[in-house]
Amino acid sequence: MDNSPKTENSLTIYPFVVPNLLISYCCILVMPEKQRGRYAALAIAAVVIVVGIPLWWKTTETYRAWLPFSEISELDSLQLQLSVDIEVVFSRGTLTPEQQKKFPLSHVNEKEHQVDVSIPELLTSPSTEADLSLHMLSESSCGSVVVYVIPESSTLLPEDVKVYVGQRRTALLRSPPFKTSWNLKEVLSNLDVEVEQVVSTMSFGHQDIVAALSNRVRMTKVTKESMADSMRAIKSSPGYEITFSLLNPDPKSHSLHWDIEGAVQSYIQPLLNKLAPIANFSVDSQILYYAVLGVNPRFDNSVSAYTLSADSLSHVINPVEARLGSNAASSNPVLNFLLYVPDAHHSPLFIRDHSKRKVPSNAFHSPRWGGIMVYNVNEMYGPEAERPVDININMAKVMGVFLAQLRLMLGVQHTHPPTGFVLQSPGSAGLADWELDRLLWSRSVENIATASTTITSLAQLLDQIGNIVINDNIAQQVSSAVTSLQSAVAELEAGNLAFALQYSREAILASERAFFDPSLLHLLYFPDDQKFAIYIPLFLPMCVPIVLSLLKIVSEAKKRRADKQAKSD
Amino acid sequence: FRLSSLIGHISTCPSLIGQCCQRHPGSVDEFQEELVIRPLHSGDIYASFQFRTLWDTDFLQEGQKVSHYRLFPKSLGQVLSKFSVRELHISFTQGFWRTMQWGQPFIPSPPGAELWVWFHDTVSDVDGNWKELTNVLSGIFCASLNFIDLTNTVQPSASFKPLGLGNATDHRFLRYATLPREIVCTENLTPWKKLLPCGSKAGLAVLLKSEKLFHSSFHSQAVHIRPVCQDEQCTSKAWELRQTLNVVFDLYTAGQGKKAFRSSIYLNCGKTGELFELSPATPLLSQAVVLGDRRTYSVFDLTRAETFGQLRSLNLLLRWKGDGGEMLRPLLHAERYVAGFGLQTGEIHTVIYNNHPYRAFPVLLMDSVPWYLQLYIHTLTVTSKSRDNKPSYIHYQPAKDRHRPHLLEMLIQLPPHSMTEVTVQFERALLKWTEYTPDPNHGFYVGSSVVSALVPSMVAMSTNFTQDQPLFSSFVPVKEESSYFVRVYTEPLLVNLPTPDFSMPYNVICLTCTVVAVGYGSFYNLLTRTFQVDEPSLPLAKRLANLIRRIRGVPLLT
Repeated sequence: MDNSPKTENSLTIYPFVVPNLLISYCCILVMPEKQRGRYAALAIAAVVIVVGIPLWWKTTETYRAWLPFSEISELDSLQLQLSVDIEVVFSRGTLTPEQQKKFPLSHVNEKEHQVDVSIPELLTSPSTEADLSLHMLSESSCGSVVVYVIPESSTLLPEDVKVYVGQRRTALLRSPPFKTSWNLKEVLSNLDVEVEQVVSTMSFGHQDIVAALSNRVRMTKVTKESMADSMRAIKSSPGYEITFSLLNPDPKSHSLHWDIEGAVQSYIQPLLNKLAPIANFSVDSQILYYAVLGVNPRFDNSVSAYTLSADSLSHVINPVEARLGSNAASSNPVLNFLLYVPDAHHSPLFIRDHSKRKVPSNAFHSPRWGGIMVYNVNEMYGPEAERPVDININMAKVMGVFLAQLRLMLGVQHTHPPTGFVLQSPGSAGLADWELDRLLWSRSVENIATASTTITSLAQLLDQIGNIVINDNIAQQVSSAVTSLQSAVAELEAGNLAFALQYSREAILASERAFFDPSLLHLLYFPDDQKFAIYIPLFLPMCVPIVLSLLKIVSEAKKRRADKQAKSD
Repeated sequence: FRLSSLIGHISTCPSLIGQCCQRHPGSVDEFQEELVIRPLHSGDIYASFQFRTLWDTDFLQEGQKVSHYRLFPKSLGQVLSKFSVRELHISFTQGFWRTMQWGQPFIPSPPGAELWVWFHDTVSDVDGNWKELTNVLSGIFCASLNFIDLTNTVQPSASFKPLGLGNATDHRFLRYATLPREIVCTENLTPWKKLLPCGSKAGLAVLLKSEKLFHSSFHSQAVHIRPVCQDEQCTSKAWELRQTLNVVFDLYTAGQGKKAFRSSIYLNCGKTGELFELSPATPLLSQAVVLGDRRTYSVFDLTRAETFGQLRSLNLLLRWKGDGGEMLRPLLHAERYVAGFGLQTGEIHTVIYNNHPYRAFPVLLMDSVPWYLQLYIHTLTVTSKSRDNKPSYIHYQPAKDRHRPHLLEMLIQLPPHSMTEVTVQFERALLKWTEYTPDPNHGFYVGSSVVSALVPSMVAMSTNFTQDQPLFSSFVPVKEESSYFVRVYTEPLLVNLPTPDFSMPYNVICLTCTVVAVGYGSFYNLLTRTFQVDEPSLPLAKRLANLIRRIRGVPLLT
């Protein structure tokens, strides 16, 4: 046939375009011309679909590193199990010899040991000395609780006191009456209620956990009070900046001196040292001149003093805050404590609460922001004192108020012990060991909740918006956050409070770093539809002939089949 | 015969000097403020405010954190200790100082923002600290200092020596950057005022009303922090924070204000005080030698009651006696411009004038040129009095594209009463399309060049250091009697770069796609078309012949 050279001619170009069409090369040679055209169209369609589209997809795709989505979704339905090690120590005389024989015995979540020491002789009164020796007796680890059970008839505690909570992780419990016929198990189950009360005072109660989880759980069954507690406390963070500011609105009438270095050393630093496992604290101070409150206090004739009503306190802070200045050197949350010394024309100045009574401390605080104290100096002006009057501020008085406010801000909550409980005052450090434990428990739970929320919402966001580039470092941060979260949960389950807190802090840090990474924003505004729009001039002319020829092939095949059927009929 | 009045409503305020903490007797703060008013030859008024906070403490002491602040602003103190800053100078300027008309300013600054910092020599990662520091400062001053990066930062080897204590010579710890484009406005003034111990509530700062300050021909505000000697023996260090604000008002501007601390208003009365009539009568006269010139100043000490008289307010009235009087020509001044045409090459001309009638002196010229102007350093010529003037010292650091700018430093000897011209050619680079600024057709700024020199003085400078020296004369320490230090900034340059059409990438994609599609279409057509052999039809003659043949019954032709 004389058309063969023509075919030859057109076919030589094939290898340039699609090498894999070479296979069909030999077949086509012998095929009739029409058949060849059909195969060519099919082959090109196949190449476009098999090679072209994936290639285009791959080259225009955004880079997305792998994220542990399944583990993150597991975290979403977070099941926390907190366990507290409780040692119940029975002092001599509380148990009968028969009961002592059945030893050792472990009871539900509570481990118990019989220690045969002469505690009763030692404990003559619930003094701190005794408390210390109790502590020496068994060095309890962070997060655990030791309950000493003393006989009912013991004179150690006053008549109506059922439980005495010491400064450390110990409590004395007056044993309820036992029947001598009970075995140890029955004795313990009889103690259950009291021990639970002790634990909810010294470690955590239901309310504390719910409050700590407040940003994950709808607050329905929470009392108003514990909600206020959790709203007041500043959010968990790896560090805090504490700033003391002395506001002197009128340097003309008084020049103020405050020994802030010494006061911080002796009042604030012990508490912060105690709180060191929770966060890093840094303390600084400044003096602001001509700083005024945002509200003009009203003169009250009945007490011949200026007063600030509770309603106006919310307007006090804003104008002052502009002067405070943000912390330039770190991005940790700042707690502000302001000492305001009213000028001579506006003093004395008193704060009144909602029921129009004078606030004894003359101070107030703003949740998660800090506290303000008004310090009146009008009695220090002599009758004919030369202005400016030199005034030394009594730091003990001021720091007492600020310390109380700081405890509130840090979430060292007032516990509401059940009746019959006596709490030892926290002593010079300002914080008892078990109070620290309470804080650690709620902080670890809060950290875990926050970190898991962050990670879950990040995963959700990345899942929803497919254009975001996920770099390897983000994937790494996310997985490290997930592993730290898992280990924190596991440590909580095992009752290792210190490790749990450590891991939960790591989780929070990693999750925040991943969430706020600037690289996540890069391609957010380059969506898919724009990508398609740009490539339309390529796609349209390419796809129309392919689709048309495919349609033609299909219709021809149909027609042929119909013909065949007609023939066979 | 011109008249201008300055009204000051002034009330006294207590002194906070030497507020001392009992436990740490070493820690003393002191605040001092000063306003110098200088009537300029052009008829404008130059007002220079200086606020100085001295604190006898050491931010860089090992193991002891400074965290309790009194007069010193906390935000700056934290920055100093966090980034181990030894010396920090930052200025924001709107407008250009016209040296020839106005004479030498007390504290010079280039248009836009300028920042130079000496870090302590214990800093290991200077570039990291610098990056973070610029970001923090940009937050403190509400300025775009965060645009300072390695592409506009240089390490001058000789031009910027520390002004405070310490003889740092290793310029690895120095960083210098300018943002000539920076626009200075009220949002920069407010945070600057906040750094003053009394804010704008008392003292001379009350005069700083932004609607007045920015309605002026020149406005420059600066913050200088450096360690200084605590006393004359220089046994211990103190930190000095000097906030300066220089304004040039045109004629009919008035200000109002109150006063605090150790405050003084110095009024420049010219050499003899004959040029102006002043009311109220000057209570105090003082002579000061600054910038090589002895002048008499009327001093109003605002902390003293007798300054105010009965009304407890001070009104200053200044009456020009005539428009005569000589103006001291500045001995050194410099200007700069771009020459050339087209968008490919150009030439930078820097002209330095030595107006001294008989003394030659050396100057240090520093030029920092962005990388997108590729300097041809072999075309560098220095000519004075139409003769080649060979610089005795050249420090040149070539640029790296997108990494660092050119740095050119030269020590040039200026002959007396001469004009020295420094020229260098450059080629404009093509930027990537994302590297252009939002308004690329406006052009690209190149920062001012800096001329630093020890200029021979007409009068003897006093070299002894005293605490009571007025602030405006104590900024740059005087080392020798015969000369004084001057820094002159030239104009910034505005250079046009070749600017592309920014829809280009889309056009390119569309064009390529169309070409590919056309090629593909014909190709596809060729591949899938079915070729059929068409029987060639016979020529007309043959067909006619066949017709006849068919009739005749003869075999047909093919």
